[in-house]
Amino acid sequence: MPARISRDDVAHVARLALLELTEDELERYTEQLGAILEHAEDVAALDLGDVVPLAHPLPLHNVFRDDEPGAALDRDEVLAEAPAAESGRFRVPAILGEEP
Amino acid sequence: MSATAVDIAADVRAGRRSALDVVEVALAAIAARDGELNAFNTVTADQARAAAAGIDARVVAGEDVGPLAGVPVALKDNLCTRGVPTTCSSKILAGWKPPYDATVVGRLLAAGAIMVGKTNLDEFAMGSSTENSAFGPTRNPHDPTKVPGGSSGGSAAAVAAGFVPLSLGSDTGGSIRQPAALCGVVGLKPTYGRVSRYGLVAFASSLDQIGPFAATVADAAACYDAIAGWDAFDSTSIPEPLEPTSAALGRGVQGLRVGVVSEMTSDAMGIAPDVLARVREAADALAAAGATVTEVSIPACVYGLSAYYLIAPAEASSNLARFDGVRFGLRVDAPTTAEMQRATRTAGFGPEVKRRIMLGTYALSAGYYDAYYGKAQRVRRLILEDFERAYGEVDVLLSPTSPTTAFPLGAKTTDPLTMYLNDVCTIPSNLAGHPALSVPFGTGSDGLPVGVQLMGPALSEALLFQVGAVLEASRS
Amino acid sequence: MSETTWETVIGLEVHAELATRTKLFSGALNHFGSEPNTNVDPVSLGLPGSLPVLNRTAVELAIRVGLALHCEIRPSVFARKNYFYPDMPKDFQISQYDQPIDLGGWLELPEGKRIGITRAHLEEDTGKNTHVGGSGRIGGADYSLIDYNRAGVPLLEIVSEPDLRSADEARAYVEELRAILVAIGASDGKMEEGSLRVDCNVSVRRPGEPFGTRCEIKNVNSLRSLGRAVDYETRRQIDLIEAGEKIRQETRHWDENAGRTTAGRSKENSEDYRYFPEPDLVPVVPDPAWIEEIRAALPRLPAERRHDLAMAAGLASTDTPVIVAVDRGADAMALEAIAAGADAVRVLTHIEHNLAVEGADALGGSTLAALVAMETSGALTATQAKTVLAELVTLAASGVQGDPAAVAAAKGFEAMDTGALDAAVDAVIAANAEEWERFKAGDPKERGKLTGFFVGQVMKSTKGQADGKAVTAVLLSRAG
Repeated sequence: MPARISRDDVAHVARLALLELTEDELERYTEQLGAILEHAEDVAALDLGDVVPLAHPLPLHNVFRDDEPGAALDRDEVLAEAPAAESGRFRVPAILGEEP
Repeated sequence: MSATAVDIAADVRAGRRSALDVVEVALAAIAARDGELNAFNTVTADQARAAAAGIDARVVAGEDVGPLAGVPVALKDNLCTRGVPTTCSSKILAGWKPPYDATVVGRLLAAGAIMVGKTNLDEFAMGSSTENSAFGPTRNPHDPTKVPGGSSGGSAAAVAAGFVPLSLGSDTGGSIRQPAALCGVVGLKPTYGRVSRYGLVAFASSLDQIGPFAATVADAAACYDAIAGWDAFDSTSIPEPLEPTSAALGRGVQGLRVGVVSEMTSDAMGIAPDVLARVREAADALAAAGATVTEVSIPACVYGLSAYYLIAPAEASSNLARFDGVRFGLRVDAPTTAEMQRATRTAGFGPEVKRRIMLGTYALSAGYYDAYYGKAQRVRRLILEDFERAYGEVDVLLSPTSPTTAFPLGAKTTDPLTMYLNDVCTIPSNLAGHPALSVPFGTGSDGLPVGVQLMGPALSEALLFQVGAVLEASRS
Repeated sequence: MSETTWETVIGLEVHAELATRTKLFSGALNHFGSEPNTNVDPVSLGLPGSLPVLNRTAVELAIRVGLALHCEIRPSVFARKNYFYPDMPKDFQISQYDQPIDLGGWLELPEGKRIGITRAHLEEDTGKNTHVGGSGRIGGADYSLIDYNRAGVPLLEIVSEPDLRSADEARAYVEELRAILVAIGASDGKMEEGSLRVDCNVSVRRPGEPFGTRCEIKNVNSLRSLGRAVDYETRRQIDLIEAGEKIRQETRHWDENAGRTTAGRSKENSEDYRYFPEPDLVPVVPDPAWIEEIRAALPRLPAERRHDLAMAAGLASTDTPVIVAVDRGADAMALEAIAAGADAVRVLTHIEHNLAVEGADALGGSTLAALVAMETSGALTATQAKTVLAELVTLAASGVQGDPAAVAAAKGFEAMDTGALDAAVDAVIAANAEEWERFKAGDPKERGKLTGFFVGQVMKSTKGQADGKAVTAVLLSRAG
C-alpha cells in the first residue's frame, strides 16, 4: 500500500501536469488528495492478482477505417481560433529544450 | 414549455404549428427566467430562428422534416458546435468556436431538432452541482437556493424549467442521472458505445456517454432513438443495429424480474430515508404492475467510488493536457513556450479540475500505476462480473439515483469527498458500461424531486424505457 | 590507447513513415511538401472532442514489415505516452507500448550477419517546428512556428538488438532495412524527406565483457551522419573511459556541422511518461487468415533477389554490381537479359554505370541482351554501346521498344576494320613523336598515363568509333 501522498509528491505531479501552485494551494491540495487517496485505500488494499484488468467496458477489437481521405479543415477557420499565428502556422514563444 | 417533444414534432410535421412559433416560445421562456437560473452559457436565438424558418419552409414544400421536427433542444456546453462557442464552462476555452459539429449534434439537427443554446456545466464535467463553472452556478428551478446537480446541471434545469422539452448531457459517473433526479426530469446514460462520443470534449474516455434529458420517458426515448447508433468516427461505437426504443414503451412489466440493489439501499451508502422510501414505493409500484421484485447484491459496487476516482482523473489528466495555449483557447503570454503553457493552464483551469488532473497524474505516475490505476481496472472487472451475475437472475435493477434531494448551493463545495459521494449509486453503471435511467418518483421530505434509477445489461435501453414508463404512469 | 582493444556496440531505432494515403488515426492526407497546416482535421490538431480511428492499411504495412523481418505478429494495444511538447497536438503520443504488433525477428546484412529485431510498433508522428530569429536553431530562436501536417502520420518504430559492431554495419543495416521497406511498399524510404529517421544507441566495451553504459544519439538524418556519429561517439566514450571517467546514460544530439554529439538538456520528469492503455482505441488482434494473405502477397525480398541474381550471374551476392542492381530494382531486367544469353558482367556493368537514370526500368531485358550481344561480338565498342543504350532508354521512356542494331546503324556506328584502326593509331603516333618515345621507354607509371592520352587522341580522330581496348592492343604491339 502506497504511503500517504506528500507535499513533494504534489509538487512533482503539478510539475508534470504543467500547473503552478502557491504555497497555500500546495498545502490544501496535499491534504485533499491525501483524503481522496485514503478513501481509495480500500481498493489499493485488495488482493486482485488473478483478476484481469478491464480497460474498457466493450469487448470490441479490430476497429479500422479504410485508408481513404476525409474532409480537411479550412486553415483560416482553424488559425482564426489560434492564440497566435503567422505564415499559415501556429506561433508560440521560444521553445527551450529538445524534444523528449 | 408544457408540450412534449413528441407532440411538438407531430404538430410541426403536420403543419398544425410552425417551428418558428415553438422556438419563440422557448426563447421567451429562457429570456424570462434564465437570468435567475443561469442554465445557459450561450443562447443561439438568431440561429434557432433561422433554422426554424428553414424547417417551416420544408414542411410547406412537403418534405419529411424528421422525427424531432421543430423541437427546441439545449446542448451541454461540452458538445462541439461548429461556429458556436463551446466552453466546457472553463476559462481555458472561453469563446472557443469549434470548426466542426459533434456527431450527436449533426444527428439531432438532421432529425429536425433546433438548437437554442449551450448549457452550463461543472467545468469539464467535473462535479455534481454545476457550481464548478467559470460562468457562475446554475440554480435548481424547483428551488433556486438549491443546486440542480451536475455536472449536466444546465441541461437538467433547462428541461425542468420548461425552457426546452429536450436537452443533451454527458454522464461519466452520474452527470446526467443525478441532475435529472435533483431537477425532477428523466435522464438516460446509454450503454457505453451506443452514442458516438465524437465531438464530446472528453473527461474520462472509457466512461463518458452522451444521453438525453426530457420531461417524459417517451421524449427521452425519441431523443435517444435520434442520437444513438454506430458512428465511423468513434472506434468504441457499437456496431449492432439499433431498434427504435419508442416501440417498447407500452409493453408494461408483467412477468419482468426486478432486483433492488441491496448495497444501494443499505445505511452504509448514506442514502437519505425519504429517498429510500421512494425507492421502496417504486418497487411496490412495479410489483403492483405485475413484476416480480427481489433483493439482489452487487458486492463489488462498494468499491465503485474508489475505482472511479482513480480511473476518471487518470484519463482526465491525459485528456486535458491539450489545453496548453498553443492551438486554441486561452493563452497567457510568457517568454518561453513551457512557461506560457504553465501560466495558461494555471490561470485557465479551476480548482476542481486541477485537483483531478493532479490526482490522475499521481495515479498514473511511475511507481503508483499498479497500486492505483491498475488495481482500479481490476475492480472494474469485478463490478462488471457482479452485474452480469445479477442479470442472470433479474431483468433490471432498481436503486436510488442520488443519495439525497437537491442540496443548498455551497453546502458541499469545501470538502471534495463529500461531493463525490453524490455519485455512489450512479458510478457502477459507468464502470460496467451499462445503461441506466433516472426517472422522477415523487418528492422528498423537503418537497424536492426524488429520482429512482433503473439499470440493465448492455443495450437494454428499450427495456429501461419500458419499465420507466410504468413508473411514470404509476405517479400520474 | 588503441581502438582495437575496444568494441563498439550499437542498437538502432529506426522510425519509418508508412506509405499510406492518410494518417494513422484520421482521413487527413499523409503527404510531404504540402502548404503548412492544410493536411489537418480535428484529429490531427488534437481538437477537443476529436477521436482516433485506426487506419487499416497502416496495420497491414506494419504486418508486412513484421513478416519481412521474420517477426511474430501479435495482438497489440495502443497506449498514451504523456508529455508536453508543442508539436504534439494532444500533448500525448499514441504509441504501442508493452504490446507491440511485431515482436522478435531478424534482418540479414548483405555480408551474411544476422541482426536481431527486438520489436516494431506503430505510433503517430509529431508536427514540425520552425524556429524563427536568433540563429534559426532552437536555442537562440525568438519564437517558433508549428505546422501540423506531419502530426498523425503513421510511423513504424523498428528496434534492433544491440548486435551491430561498427559504423559500417550500422549503415549496412539501415541500407538493408530501407531496401526491404521500399521493396515491400511499406515506406518510400526517403531519408532526405524524413521518411526514415534513425536514433542510435552506442556503447563501448572490451570484447567479451558485459555491455557498457549506452548513449542514445538523435538527429541522425543521413547514412553519412550515422557513420560519423557512431565513430565520433565511440571515440568520445573510449576517451572518457581511458581518462578514468564514467559514461553517463543520456540522450545526445548529433550536430552535423560541428561533427560531434552534444548532451541533451537532462530534464527531470521526462522519464515519467505515465503510459496507460489508450481508451479511445480498441485492441488490434490480426486474424491469422489476414496475416497469411499478407504473407502470400509479399514480394521477394532484397536478400532473396540478390541471391537469385548472383546465381544467374555467377557472382557472389555480396558483390557490388549485384547489390546495386537489386537496390535499383533492375534485377528482373538483368535476369531476363542474362537468360537471353547476354554476358552477365556486361549486363550488370551497364546497370551499375549507364542505367542509373530515370526511365531505365522500361528498357526491357531482351533489348539490353541484344545490345550486349552486339558489344560482345565486337559490332559495337563500349563507348558506342553506351551511346546506343542512352538512346534506347529515351525511346523506352516514350513507350517505344527500340532495336539496338537499328539505333546503331542510324548513328553510323560500324565496327572499324583492323586496317583502318591500325592506320588511325599510326597517324596519332606520328603526330606525337615525343610522347611516343616516352611511351616506348616503358616506365609503367608513365605508360599508364600516356595510354590514356593516345586512346583519347585516336578516339578524337575516329569520332569515337574506335574501341579503347583495341587501340591499347595496337599501341602495345607497336611499342614492341
